[in-house]
Amino acid sequence: MSTRTLAAPASGGGTARAAGPTALPRRRAGAGLDRALAVLTGLAALFIVGIVAVIVGNIVIFGWRTVTWEFLAAAPRQGMTAGGIFPAIFGTVALVFLMIVALVPLGVGAAVYLSEYARPTSRFTQLVRFSVNNLAGVPSIVFGLFGLGFFVQFLGRGIDRGLGLDVVWGQPALVWAALTLALLNLPVVIVTAEEALSAVPREMREASIALGATRWQTVRHVLLPQALPGILTGAILSVSRGAGEVAPILFTGAAYFLPYLPASPTDQFMELGYHIFVLATQSPDVDATKPLLYGTVLVLLLLTLLLNLTAILIRSRMRARLAGRR
Amino acid sequence: MSAGPLTEPGPAAPGHSATLRRLRASGRSALRVREAVIQGALRAAAVAAVAGIVLILVFVLREAFPVLFDPETRKEAGLHALTATAMWQPVGDVPKYGVLPLFVGTLKVALVAMLFAVPLGVMAAVFTSEFAPYRLREALKPVVEVLAGIPSVVLGFFALIVLASWLQALTGAVSRLNALNAGVAVGIGVLPTIYSLCEDSLAAVPRSYREASLALGASPWQTAWFVTLPAAGVGVTAAILLGLARAIGETMIVLMASGNAAIVSPSLLDSARTLSATIAAELAEVVVGSPHYSVLFFLGAILFLVTFVINAAAAVLVTRLRRKLRGA
Repeated sequence: MSTRTLAAPASGGGTARAAGPTALPRRRAGAGLDRALAVLTGLAALFIVGIVAVIVGNIVIFGWRTVTWEFLAAAPRQGMTAGGIFPAIFGTVALVFLMIVALVPLGVGAAVYLSEYARPTSRFTQLVRFSVNNLAGVPSIVFGLFGLGFFVQFLGRGIDRGLGLDVVWGQPALVWAALTLALLNLPVVIVTAEEALSAVPREMREASIALGATRWQTVRHVLLPQALPGILTGAILSVSRGAGEVAPILFTGAAYFLPYLPASPTDQFMELGYHIFVLATQSPDVDATKPLLYGTVLVLLLLTLLLNLTAILIRSRMRARLAGRR
Repeated sequence: MSAGPLTEPGPAAPGHSATLRRLRASGRSALRVREAVIQGALRAAAVAAVAGIVLILVFVLREAFPVLFDPETRKEAGLHALTATAMWQPVGDVPKYGVLPLFVGTLKVALVAMLFAVPLGVMAAVFTSEFAPYRLREALKPVVEVLAGIPSVVLGFFALIVLASWLQALTGAVSRLNALNAGVAVGIGVLPTIYSLCEDSLAAVPRSYREASLALGASPWQTAWFVTLPAAGVGVTAAILLGLARAIGETMIVLMASGNAAIVSPSLLDSARTLSATIAAELAEVVVGSPHYSVLFFLGAILFLVTFVINAAAAVLVTRLRRKLRGA
């Protein structure tokens, strides 16, 4: 173990590769081209950094004045040209919470099955992987169509008919939007959880089984605790994505404006991303709305960026730990 | 991982009473049942991923079906009606469902997005993997992850409020919101996809390739251009394809930044309406089951199938790349 750890830096591609260009004689033909390509590609990288800086900077500069406690805690007033965004924040949190409740057991369960139970080369495993890959590529608006066609029209209507209710479930609602987002984020959770599980050393499984633990006991008491950071990363990334996606909830539950907070899963809800869309495109008075708009964008941006940052930190820590172990 | 039962009972120790043995056996079988139930539940979770993609296909197609097979709907919005006119005016006394402008709009926006994002993303990836010192490389990745984490509605907002004015000042376009504006914004949105996947496949090229090239006297740019990039070429192509699929399906950015006028025009400075934005803008208002409703689902089904094919092609390429590099 220790010799391998010591050997790792020497064989690391990074340092050797970085040293490559500078180690070569400079006065050869093509040295000018070398520099030109390095500069050109470097400018491309710099340009991307510039884009990020401009977008984030613009939003922070024009948004930070608006974001006060009152803005966060009050409801919109005067046709959404004044007041705050509390209902949108509440709706977003409720939406993401419901999504996580459905998403994490399903995603982690699928990952455990793929990594610990299924034979890696079986047709079933390949089919699941194919599905996960393609699910990740489905446009978000198609998820919205699916949410309306399946959850609202088929499942919701079906429940209403089955229970002899008037329209309760068969309309756009918090629960349907949450389930639509859960399906959208399923690949994120499965992939990250599987990666985390496969990073747990084989010896741990063998030790547990040698002690007489069953396969599930091994999963439950050895593998899942070890893989927790990875699972958490996936969950946080999906929360961040769930909070920012608007297209899937357009027809499955998001409301333009509501004078009350959602009290049940069958209620509609306001949401930060959708609120931004509404303020930006449907406002009767653009200039009056602009500070509110920038404030709302800043809140959503901070929310998603902080979540992403947390996920990145957890993941890099996990990877560093694994690198140390190998 | 390992197949077969993990808790094979050993021979019972001598001196155990029959009762104890029976108790143990029942405990074991209860355990075995529990294991089987749990395994079934986990398998069901894995099936859910498969069911998800199948249900999406089935239910989007189900609502789109009338366009092809319902005589009432076909009269107003059958395939003939969709292609006979170049006008998209679904609301009115005589609704017109000509889809041509929507396809033109989608292609224009996707084209601009790719022209913007591919050179930038590929070059930045080459810089990261071939030229950047280690520290700079590690600093660049989080920046791109930040960009990847910005919700598309925020990019749409930025394109609508800020970028559109800048581009209008630059180009003198008559309509502030146009295909160019939406395309650049979508390009920013797909940059992280293209960059990250390119960078991954460049980094996966074995170091021996580069060393061999350098040892033969090739310069670093020759190595990057003639050795590393071609070796990762399949991965780069896959990255571009995945970016393209995302650009075609992107919704909120185009809905906010393209102006949404359904016109057939070759100019990038004219307003454009894409398939995705049309669905997003109109579906909430239509009567469930009406021809307009079916047509919107039909457009969604096309969007689904197109992106599905592009993604599948990219997946095939990635598998091939992996096999090739493993063989090397």
